[in-house]
Amino acid sequence: MATSAAVNAPPPAGAQALFRRLRNGDEVARLITLAFASSILLATVGLIYQLWSTSALPRHKFGFGFLTSSMWNPVSGQFGALPFIYGTVITSVIALLIAVPLGLGAAIFLSELAPARISSTFTFFIELLAAVPSVIYGVLAIFTLVPLMRDYVEPALKKPLGFLPIFSGPISGFGYLTAGLILAIMTLPFIISISREALLEVPAEQREAALALGATHWESTWQAVVPYARLGIFGSIFLGLARALGETMAVTMVIGNDPSIHASLFSTGYTIAAEIANDFSEATGDLFLQSLVALGLVLFLLTIVINAMARLLIIATTRRGSAHP
Amino acid sequence: MKRTSLWLGALGALAILLTVAEAKVLINAAGATFPYPIYGKWFDEFTKVDPDAQINYQSIGSGGGIRQFTEGTVDFGASDMPMTDEQIGKFKVHPLHFPTVLGGVVPTYNIPGVTQDLKFTPAALAGIYLGKTKKWNDPELTKVNPGVKLPDNEIVVVHRSDGSGTSFVFTDYLSKVSPEWKSKVGSSTSVSWPVGLGGKGNEGVSGIVKQTPYSIGYVELIYALQNKMAYGFLRNAAGAYLKADLNSVTDAAAGAAKNMPADFRVSITNAPGKGAYPISTFTWLLIPSKIDDAGKKKAIVSFLHWMMTDGQKYTASLGYAPLPKAVVVKEEKQIALIQ
Amino acid sequence: MTLRNRWRKSLSYVMLSLTGVCAVVAVSMLFLLLGYLIYNGWRSIDWDFFTKLPKSPGEAGGGMANAIVGSVEIILLATIAGLPVGFMAGIYLSEFGGKTFAFLVRYMADLLNGVPSIVIGIFAYAVVVVPMHVNSPVAGGFALALMLIPITARSTEQFMNSVPQTLREGALALGASKWKTIATVVVPAAYRGIATGMILGVARIAGETAPLLFTSGSSSYMNTSFTQPTASLPVMIFYRATAPWDDWHRQAWAAGMVLLFLVLFANVAARLILSRGIAVQK
Repeated sequence: MATSAAVNAPPPAGAQALFRRLRNGDEVARLITLAFASSILLATVGLIYQLWSTSALPRHKFGFGFLTSSMWNPVSGQFGALPFIYGTVITSVIALLIAVPLGLGAAIFLSELAPARISSTFTFFIELLAAVPSVIYGVLAIFTLVPLMRDYVEPALKKPLGFLPIFSGPISGFGYLTAGLILAIMTLPFIISISREALLEVPAEQREAALALGATHWESTWQAVVPYARLGIFGSIFLGLARALGETMAVTMVIGNDPSIHASLFSTGYTIAAEIANDFSEATGDLFLQSLVALGLVLFLLTIVINAMARLLIIATTRRGSAHP
Repeated sequence: MKRTSLWLGALGALAILLTVAEAKVLINAAGATFPYPIYGKWFDEFTKVDPDAQINYQSIGSGGGIRQFTEGTVDFGASDMPMTDEQIGKFKVHPLHFPTVLGGVVPTYNIPGVTQDLKFTPAALAGIYLGKTKKWNDPELTKVNPGVKLPDNEIVVVHRSDGSGTSFVFTDYLSKVSPEWKSKVGSSTSVSWPVGLGGKGNEGVSGIVKQTPYSIGYVELIYALQNKMAYGFLRNAAGAYLKADLNSVTDAAAGAAKNMPADFRVSITNAPGKGAYPISTFTWLLIPSKIDDAGKKKAIVSFLHWMMTDGQKYTASLGYAPLPKAVVVKEEKQIALIQ
Repeated sequence: MTLRNRWRKSLSYVMLSLTGVCAVVAVSMLFLLLGYLIYNGWRSIDWDFFTKLPKSPGEAGGGMANAIVGSVEIILLATIAGLPVGFMAGIYLSEFGGKTFAFLVRYMADLLNGVPSIVIGIFAYAVVVVPMHVNSPVAGGFALALMLIPITARSTEQFMNSVPQTLREGALALGASKWKTIATVVVPAAYRGIATGMILGVARIAGETAPLLFTSGSSSYMNTSFTQPTASLPVMIFYRATAPWDDWHRQAWAAGMVLLFLVLFANVAARLILSRGIAVQK
């Protein structure tokens, strides 16, 4: 009898409460959607863990020297990330130098000057540019941009400015400058789109106040409106930068695959993403493969930081509302 | 109810269809880009001989082929560089080397206005790839090409960016003819190139040279032929200037044919003999000596037999030289080693 | 008017015209792109392109039927895996999310969104290809799904949030449980935005190449199996464009044109649907 009493005893309070909650459809729904949402967490954590653990060999062997060494020699087993970091940064900087003035100018036009219909139509088309797959930019770059650079643009730059180290050396059409240019076209839509939104948020009073004080249209735009939106504009630049850093296919097709550092913009080089794309399925030996994963880790960290800064800046603009900085 | 049963029926039929479709034997292979044109042709033709076998070849370079073969992500590999003892040691099942064709690595170039075929000395080639010979009208090149007006432009050097058997053959040759190259760079599938930009695969290198004026690259003969690119004469060990073709490449293998080692790993660059093209090479399929899947084993063995006999007929039209008879006889014996 | 004022006025005129030039340049990029693709790709599109298999290198002719089928397979896998997960996660974030956990999920989703696609490819390789010992659409689909999930989750959340609270309160007042409210009232109200978010997400992953390079591999045959290397359109474009044979270049242009049209069509369709407004106005 004692045993049956033990068997018939009520289940512990916690389980009973859970069971009762589960009979409630809402709780089930919450748990199901929670499970799916946690998968995002799981995936991200898994990604970071995988990148970290599969890059153990080069991290232990080279330590921080991996980031500062410019020697990349799969045969002798020496791996240094510097040429790739250099190439990634240089091509992104070139891209921004071209895309930011162009993009900001376009954004100003679309937010300040253009009538609403033209502004939205133009923006529609520009945002479509962001949807074009990278490999298609690559095809265009390889067949139309490279010959253009090789036959017209780079010689035109070399003639007057060839004494400068950045414009010296042999011209092949491939290299940092071409990659930077195609990256510029790819980051342009982001800069325009977000800067335009930031500029549109600027309250009319700012512009009107400047005009009332006697500013020309340009002066009111440049000195009153744009500075007000500068956080959002910087956010767009950082976003564009993050995109450019991680861009793979278009750059792979025109960078020239040369794992060394060169001063000249005409010379070939390499970026982190391009090196991984080219060599990952063929890397012989654990150290080589893991060094590629280590490169991926570097790129990952780089883009995380830049993306975080971008989002902070963009959030700061929307949260600020009409408060003056 | 009716609709769901209809859907289930359709799904069931699809499932059956897919499984029936997979009665085909799917074999995955990867490796050298050097023989890709002929392998592509072979695997195509072989499907007509044995319709159930589908051999999918991914042209990713010898380095990649060896790596994927070692990891087991492909059923067999292909390489222009015979595997080293260290690489072989990583296998649980001993891999066998099967030479397939002979080919030549040619110096292909793109110089606007120069229509004649250029002559290259070993020193010139080494100098260009070392970065010492910088311009096309360098004395190293002009002295052996007296009738040609070479321009004053800088040479755009193109090499391989991926792990390449073709690179191995080329650097192996350069190491033999240039002590400076041997000490500074060495020979391997992937070296630290002193100058130049990298193309991916034979395809990438020929693609770049074809489009870039004043460039030079090293590719398998067929890539230059198919793309109507100029390629030069190279001076061989005996002092004669030769272009790569069936005869000169076959000549280079003459010595090896007689003294082929049992595992078929041999280098024939810079071979002696007046008619021998200096940058010639065998290229190998890397086959495991034990294949568990009966269907795959049957297909692979059948392909190897076909390759050594009927397959050799396709070589000439694609610019490769067929295997010497003595080598074929030895290979047939090696097929028996596959369990 | 003083000289200085005249200078300021002309400067204003010049700078503002320059901005107009910038805008025109930016927009014309799209049309230049399209123009080049159409000009070069149009001549190479024929029935063969869609129905034939590729020929061995150097031989003219052949098509990309296997790449088209392969891409469909991979995208199908990615959408089956990615859309429901993203959709559910988005619902959690907008309807059920607590403070900290939801913030964490949102942060991670944005993080995942910003990861370069090649790094996602590395992850997929380690997690799927290595254990499976083979390149396959499963691996490629996994990589693409990882990219699709955060996009879908955030856009679903955004459109769910845009449904006015009064709708929910009305349903709850009528006695519906929370999940019933979500399923029968809120989601249908936001369906337009959610659907366009999904279309845009799928269009984005359809063009991705980098993660597929070492996950789904490539093949010259028609492959219907989900566990064998498969050709895909973006990867084929990459290989064809970087090869020397003119015929392959031709095919790269044609395939590029097809891919671009599909992606642009999806994007334009999605935006047009969205511009017609969400189902319920604020």
